[in-house]
Amino acid sequence: MPTYPLIDRLLLIALVLLTITVPILNLGVNADHALYIETYNVTLLGKYLCFALLALSVDLVWGYLGILSLGHGAFFALGGYAMGMYLVRQIGDRGVYGNPDLPDFMVFLNWQEAPWFWTGMEHFPVALTAIVLAPGLLAFVFGWFAFRSRVNGVYLSIITQAMTFALMLAFFRNEMGFGGNNGLTDFKDIWGFSLQSNETRNALFVASGVALLLGYFICQKIVRSRAGLVAQAIRDAESRTRFIGFNVENYKLWFFTFSAILAGIAGALYVPQAGIINPSQMAPLGSIEVVVWVALGGRGSLYGPIIGALLVNYAKSWFTAAFPEYWLFALGALFVISTLYLPNGVMGLFNRKAA
Amino acid sequence: MNVSAQRGLLRRDKVFGFLTPAVGQQLDTTHSTLLYMENVSVSFDGFKAIDNLNFYVDKGELRCLIGANGAGKTTMMDIITGKTKPDTGSVIFGKNVDLLDLNEAEIAIAGIGRKFQKPTVFENLTVFANLELAMADFKSVWWTLHSKLNSAQVDQIEHIASTIGLLDMLNKQAGYLSHGQKQWLEIGMLLMQRPLLLLIDEPVAGMTHQEMEKTGELLQSLSGDHTIVVVEHDMEFVRSIAARVTVLNQGTVLAEGSMADIQNNDDVRRVYLGE
Repeated sequence: MPTYPLIDRLLLIALVLLTITVPILNLGVNADHALYIETYNVTLLGKYLCFALLALSVDLVWGYLGILSLGHGAFFALGGYAMGMYLVRQIGDRGVYGNPDLPDFMVFLNWQEAPWFWTGMEHFPVALTAIVLAPGLLAFVFGWFAFRSRVNGVYLSIITQAMTFALMLAFFRNEMGFGGNNGLTDFKDIWGFSLQSNETRNALFVASGVALLLGYFICQKIVRSRAGLVAQAIRDAESRTRFIGFNVENYKLWFFTFSAILAGIAGALYVPQAGIINPSQMAPLGSIEVVVWVALGGRGSLYGPIIGALLVNYAKSWFTAAFPEYWLFALGALFVISTLYLPNGVMGLFNRKAA
Repeated sequence: MNVSAQRGLLRRDKVFGFLTPAVGQQLDTTHSTLLYMENVSVSFDGFKAIDNLNFYVDKGELRCLIGANGAGKTTMMDIITGKTKPDTGSVIFGKNVDLLDLNEAEIAIAGIGRKFQKPTVFENLTVFANLELAMADFKSVWWTLHSKLNSAQVDQIEHIASTIGLLDMLNKQAGYLSHGQKQWLEIGMLLMQRPLLLLIDEPVAGMTHQEMEKTGELLQSLSGDHTIVVVEHDMEFVRSIAARVTVLNQGTVLAEGSMADIQNNDDVRRVYLGE
């Protein structure tokens, strides 16, 4: 039996503790107490956890299968849009125009009825199905064509980048029926609970933590199964794997689709906490940033990208508050440093010392 | 329509060919010949890499394939394993499996294993995992996601590891093996597929004399149960293992026979020595 590093278990414990203690320190502690965590920070941490889940999904295909996806922002945003549509439907007649049947932006565009894909989105099960299906289907169709034509390496990265860019441009158009460049916002409540209340925000935080833990568990099961071995074999010697009799395209397709669904779920949890989803979430730069988190944390280990995402996003929050104009330089420097000196990320440094 | 489908439509002997499943049917090896290549030609940009080649391999035989650079040895291997599709000719495995209808993965499952010139083992995986992946088992995504090794499979892995002399290195990462050990591991990976036909490309290139001897013994012990075709440049090695030798020249068979026959063959002497 192979042995797994201690850090793997430590991270799990840390995540469980974080998920439990943060709501307690927000809801159960007086506001003037030293350990009190502001609601703003709870939501901020919740968003970090969503980013960590997104990073995990990228690592599953990049670190274990060798597919460098520069388009996972698109899957994240699609899951987010599906959730956003549900939230917009919950506004009812409390919108600016007070129209109980149509979202504000459609009233503004003089539409008489909502497009077909808004049908049933006021029901959560329908929205949940869309959260899984929208990114999953896009990834499946995209992967079907890309992997079957054996597009590999840099070329694949470029077309994933093109995919998210094209999708962004499409979503910018008002005619698409997703609110154009303003996107979907002004959310009021979820499942009948106000999004502004402390309790709901803590519940969303816990949901993000649980989703991350579940995603982590499932990814761990996958990479430790024989299918995980096959994935690594494909990453290291693709044609050899094919000669052993594995259908490489199928493995890529299913891993890619699963990874996209994970990203979509991360997006769906992110949107109610961020309060808005718009096409800029699909900007190519966003997807590249995710890759930076994974590279910095250490790809090919499931805990690496989670730590990378949390670290970089914490640094981003701190930097954009302290030195707003230098953040992009810092991000660039991080990427250069991690490429030059940390080929296996921060976690690689850690493992080398341990070994 | 793709090329292979067109070829299938034009074949007069296969009017109802679609009725027989391509893979999964029992391989018929009642004839003593395991592989037939007949009138095979292939050209790349006008260069005839294989020119009207006829080549037959008997069951259980250890055959050596020699020839100068560009004689078509690797292209021939590529055709058998489905990497290259020939322009004309037929390639039949056993009596009833048309290899031209199958893709690389299907050919591997049908029982043809190939070892490449450069050892390509999965460097980041352990020796055990390398053998596990090569095992003859269902290869679908869903199966590999949940299947666990049973004791018979673990036994098989250990048995083959001892055949190739790597039993005490099962948990070692394959990247840390020596060159010779990697070559043996790769042969072991081929054996895990329980192949009927083994294609081995330059097994002793870069090996020490000791490793070469051990490889020769390994190949000889495998023949009989398996049919083996070895491509090799090292004449000394060929002389030490082979029963039959085929000489390729300019994409076609120049001579065939025992090593002694080959050395006395006038055609071979003319091509090789310019006499």
